[in-house]
Amino acid sequence: MVSVESERPGGELLVPTPVKIVIAGGFGTGKTTMVNSVSEIPPLHTEELLTEAGVGVDDVLGLESKETTTVALDFGRITISPEVVLYLFGTPGQNRFWFMWDELAFGAIGAVILVDTRRLDSSFPSIDFFERRGIPFIIAVNCFEGAHNYEVEEVRRALDVDAAIPLVLCDARDRESAKTVLVSLIQHTMDRLDAMA
Amino acid sequence: MAGREDWWYDEAAGPLVRPYAMVRGRTRPLRPELHLVTQVRAMPSPSDPDALSVEHMEIMELCRRPLSVAEVAAYLDVPLVVVKVLLSDLIQRGDVVIRDPARVPQVPDRNLLQAVLDGVRGI
Repeated sequence: MVSVESERPGGELLVPTPVKIVIAGGFGTGKTTMVNSVSEIPPLHTEELLTEAGVGVDDVLGLESKETTTVALDFGRITISPEVVLYLFGTPGQNRFWFMWDELAFGAIGAVILVDTRRLDSSFPSIDFFERRGIPFIIAVNCFEGAHNYEVEEVRRALDVDAAIPLVLCDARDRESAKTVLVSLIQHTMDRLDAMA
Repeated sequence: MAGREDWWYDEAAGPLVRPYAMVRGRTRPLRPELHLVTQVRAMPSPSDPDALSVEHMEIMELCRRPLSVAEVAAYLDVPLVVVKVLLSDLIQRGDVVIRDPARVPQVPDRNLLQAVLDGVRGI
């Protein structure tokens, strides 16, 4: 871990710039596994506590509006330098917590959408979400043992994603593989920036 | 980090009484701009330690090194909303400094992205 200097020259406290990447995808696609593979700390767990109606239509389905519900978040950390720290947030498994996705996506430099070829349809909501918000994303096909190995282009066609969106194969359990996925995403974000310039 | 035994409540307080009592019933963070990854760093010493609760002091202790709002919540094992309220108090008192996330689509910063790219390659 990179050591953190306590002060800038002149005595001002150094506070790093936080950068965020969202690891999205359907339930059981390996989001927490991927966070775990690259995080410098064991993934942390926190909860948002909700007590009010209006946080999502189906949140209060059959419940009194004052009922409390919690949304669990798992995340990891990579200290890039004393000035920059990267956080990796997995999206909550339950799709009904869409309001939480907005907070997760806020300021994110991009998203990795993990895909399990046995349940392609579970990744559609994630793709939709990041497409609509114009947030750079890539597709990472988590190659589960026992799953049929499809060609990248077959998966692309099935998901109906643009040719400009990188699509990579990975093993979320493997650190090097997970690193490669993150590198692809950051490069994609930079390419998009260059294209806009 | 101090253990959980330092907290004034116990399990019998229940999962809801606990966080709400801690923030005296306030559920709305006073500083809506506090995000999951907003960095928090404590000033070397609190302005008026006597005015701070045990929970505030816990945060001051944790944030001797910069941490995100989400990390503070995870380490203290309290919901995010509670940490945001407590942090709002500390910000208001000038006891912590914060830094918001870089917002790439709004403020394209290629140097920052390059630093992240190099950093990830290097782990």
